[in-house]
Amino acid sequence: MCETCGCDAGDAARLTAVGGGAAHAHPHPHPHERVIVLDHRVLSHNDDLAARNRAWLAERGILALNVMSSPGSGKTTLLERTVADLSPSGPVAVIEGDQETVLDARRLAAAGASTVQVNTGSGCHLDAAMVSGALAELAPPDGATVFVENVGNLVCPALFDLGERARVVLMSVTEGADKPLKYPHMFRGADVLLLNKIDLLPYVDFDVDACRDAARRLCPGLRMLPVSATRGDGLGDWYDWLDEQARPVAG
Amino acid sequence: MHELAVTESVIDAISAQLSDMRVTVVRLEIGKLSGVMPDAVRFCFELAGEGTCVEGARLDITEPDGTGECRACGSVFPARDPLALCPCGSAEVTVTGGAELTIKAVEVADHV
Ligand SMILES: Nc1nc2c(ncn2[C@@H]2O[C@H](COP(=O)(O)OP(=O)(O)O)[C@@H](O)[C@H]2O)c(=O)[nH]1
Ligand SMILES: [Mg+2]
Ligand SMILES: [Zn+2]
Repeated sequence: MCETCGCDAGDAARLTAVGGGAAHAHPHPHPHERVIVLDHRVLSHNDDLAARNRAWLAERGILALNVMSSPGSGKTTLLERTVADLSPSGPVAVIEGDQETVLDARRLAAAGASTVQVNTGSGCHLDAAMVSGALAELAPPDGATVFVENVGNLVCPALFDLGERARVVLMSVTEGADKPLKYPHMFRGADVLLLNKIDLLPYVDFDVDACRDAARRLCPGLRMLPVSATRGDGLGDWYDWLDEQARPVAG
Repeated sequence: MHELAVTESVIDAISAQLSDMRVTVVRLEIGKLSGVMPDAVRFCFELAGEGTCVEGARLDITEPDGTGECRACGSVFPARDPLALCPCGSAEVTVTGGAELTIKAVEVADHV
């Protein structure tokens, strides 16, 4: 009988390990496997870092928003405009996520925000560790508003909590009103939906009500704010919504 | 593809606890509403597992359903996608759960 595991190795073969302490060398006719229960949430590391970011931001009264959309929906354009309109009344900073280039960070710096660019390389989303590093670099003053422009992608960023107060999902009227149904996870987790480029509504076949209904199937009661980042329509509602978020949350 | 990041998190978490063992089976739970595709995780697991303690391990994935609750008729039923319809035909459904993304357990070889 095997002393290590108590199995019966059979009579035919007797192998004796010499040296090497616990070495246990005999042919095994049956599996010797031990089950180790882990019950480990896969994204717990990211979620822990996100919780740390959230606490860090709350201590400083900083409002952080995670802005997500497909590439080209108008995130940077909206933020340029928002930075220009809001920075006279308080500090505004931006964390810019893109796979490559510092082009968007330059646009936002030109609009008046202190800006840090995070280039994710092949990465398709920002994560809490990247945002933590960017916040340290940015060092936003107390009470600031920090916009995080996520990598343009309606799939991957949905999974990664960054420590934001709220998730802002943007889509534009050139993308089709069925976008929410095609990318349900992103819309399911949204706190507000900005429908951008409404200046183009006369030229495209886009059903605003169908889009709102689709989004609300995934996220009951979701607020949809139609805007045009270039022409300025609806931005008042967007700024009001931001004001509501800036109020301290209970608890 | 976030499945690569997810798979790397799986491997990192296991390696952190069991780096000196040979893992033969990894049991994952990936909810049907988690937004993570099991097939993509399988693909990444083989690649990302090379040279780690899970190299060559079998991946067992269970995919729990979410729960749909119909706001029209009140019935509760298993939901396999975020747009699940109630058996009564209504789309007024609140879907919860099914977002599990958990390493349930591993099996390790007792003898290296
Ligand atoms: N017509 C119109 N074009 C817009 C609007 N917002 C953004 N764009 C254009 O859409 C393109 C992509 O915008 P950008 O802000 O870079 O998108 P991002 O990839 O989401 O950051 C640019 O050519 C913008 O000028 C809008 O409200 N109306
Ligand atoms: Mg941009
Ligand atoms: Zn029903």
